[in-house]
Amino acid sequence: MSMTSTVQPDLRRKRINWQKVAVIVAFAVVPLFLLILFTYVPFVKMIQFSFYNMSYTKNKGFVGLDNYLRVFSKSEYVGAMLLSLYYMAGAVVQLALALFFASILSLERIRGGGVYKAILFFPFLVNGIAIGYIFKYFYTRGFVLDSVLQAIGFSLDSLPYWLRDQSVNNWSLVFTSVWKYCGQNMVLFIGAIASIDPTLYEAATIDGANRWQQFKAIILPGIKTVFMLNLILSITGSLSAFEPAYVVGSMGANGTATFFIKIHQMAHVSQKVGQACAMAMVLMALILIFTVLQRLFFRYVMKDSENTFNAKANKAKALW
Amino acid sequence: MSNTTMAVRTTNTAARVQRTVIKTLEYLALLLACFIALLPIVSSFTTSFKTAEEYATSNAMDLPRNWLNFENYRQVWVDGEMLRAFLTSASVVVVVVVVSVMMGSMLAYVLNRFRFPGNGLIRNLFMIATLIPGIAMQVTTYDIMRQLGFLNSIVGYMILMSGTDVISIYIFLQYFENLDGALDESAVLEGCTYFGVFFKILLPLTKPAIITVAVLKGVGVYNEYYNANLYLQSNTWRTISTALYSFSGPFKSSYNIICAGVLLTLIPSLIVFLIFQKQVYAGLASGSVKG
Repeated sequence: MSMTSTVQPDLRRKRINWQKVAVIVAFAVVPLFLLILFTYVPFVKMIQFSFYNMSYTKNKGFVGLDNYLRVFSKSEYVGAMLLSLYYMAGAVVQLALALFFASILSLERIRGGGVYKAILFFPFLVNGIAIGYIFKYFYTRGFVLDSVLQAIGFSLDSLPYWLRDQSVNNWSLVFTSVWKYCGQNMVLFIGAIASIDPTLYEAATIDGANRWQQFKAIILPGIKTVFMLNLILSITGSLSAFEPAYVVGSMGANGTATFFIKIHQMAHVSQKVGQACAMAMVLMALILIFTVLQRLFFRYVMKDSENTFNAKANKAKALW
Repeated sequence: MSNTTMAVRTTNTAARVQRTVIKTLEYLALLLACFIALLPIVSSFTTSFKTAEEYATSNAMDLPRNWLNFENYRQVWVDGEMLRAFLTSASVVVVVVVVSVMMGSMLAYVLNRFRFPGNGLIRNLFMIATLIPGIAMQVTTYDIMRQLGFLNSIVGYMILMSGTDVISIYIFLQYFENLDGALDESAVLEGCTYFGVFFKILLPLTKPAIITVAVLKGVGVYNEYYNANLYLQSNTWRTISTALYSFSGPFKSSYNIICAGVLLTLIPSLIVFLIFQKQVYAGLASGSVKG
């Protein structure tokens, strides 16, 4: 072994490869700039604004924690936050239905399975504003839903006003969300189930396991990661729910204004940007707490390791 | 015939009957779910063929008298200026898809193929960004857009739509990990530049990832309404979403006309879905695992 052969590669590595620098800068600078501009700058501004009494154009001065205190002291905001419980309940039903239909379509020989899958999935591709009109029409007194219910024996007088009556209208809105996202969840579950080794089912059938036992012993463990991601997305989605109330519920009319709708109105209608930022901070803190708690739960209780950008970064072998 | 074979036969029949019952129930559940998934859309479809008089007098579930009554479609197309809205949406979709594909693939190439100080930092910045709920930052994003002069600017809207997406980067990153580095190496040894490697060799190879990102992003941008309503309030630049949103003004509660507009906006999504069904499903899966 000569000295030169070990020294030379080190020397070569020290020489700057300008072409490499050029390609890195040229390819990374724009996405990085946009990431900072639309994610990190708004983030820092949000923290800053939340301590001020200000509109978009006028700053009336530093107010300390006043904005935050108001979020927790006004029952209006706490009530709006509690509306997410409706959406969480809906999310649980949605996940259960999605899992049910995913297992039927994956395990049973269903004729035309692809057609069912496509039909159940399609609502996910419907424009949100279109969903608004479709369901306003659907829920209007005596229209689509009422006609169907009358056909199966309900009398119109016993039916509520689905979007106006405050005892049911939040459930009506939650239903539109389940309608839109259930098929999407199902497609994700079908994908996860498809990645399970099919010989496991054969072995289980030979061992005399019934469908329910197969589901518990093979499918559930096999789709754990996707299930937990869907769960996190559903819970955080419930906390920041706004789509149904925005498009179907006429911007949160009749007691359907979720917390995000309140933030939106605070910023763009009342022009109280500082207050809106404090509310957004509270929302974000709640979402982060829920996400971290669920991740910790899955990591330590289920002993599940996750696939992140970072895990990949450590594994990845750079070429140049 | 012995008793045991009889017993086996009866349990077999019992099992078969049970299977048939379960199977029937499964089909019924699927059919019911499909009915619920389709009912809101189909009822809008039938309503869109009704005349004003018919709409006012008939039940919502009654079928239209004339299935070839396209008057509502004509009216919504003309009075709702839908052609203009479709063209605006189409240009937004094309620009955003091209920009996202280029940015995503270029960044993924650099992050995956090159070792340099900051590689890990950039990955972390993008990863942490997935944890920050974008929706919570609408308020201050609006302030930035305002200061950049991007209110009522179609260019600003396009930039915003292209700049806030991690999923396409992630999809490309996954794809590059499975592309063999030997290709790049031999090309560089033969005197190809890094730019040449990317544009001439790797980019064409990522076609499946490009289609996935394009379909996913395209449908997403086409259906986007929150930012469109916030940033494109003037009549000059109306996307399909904002055009639809404005219908409640001129068409008030003439749902027969509004339903025609709703159905028209569904057509592009339906066509893309029917052609690229596999990519839509696959893209969702890779998008959701962004962890």
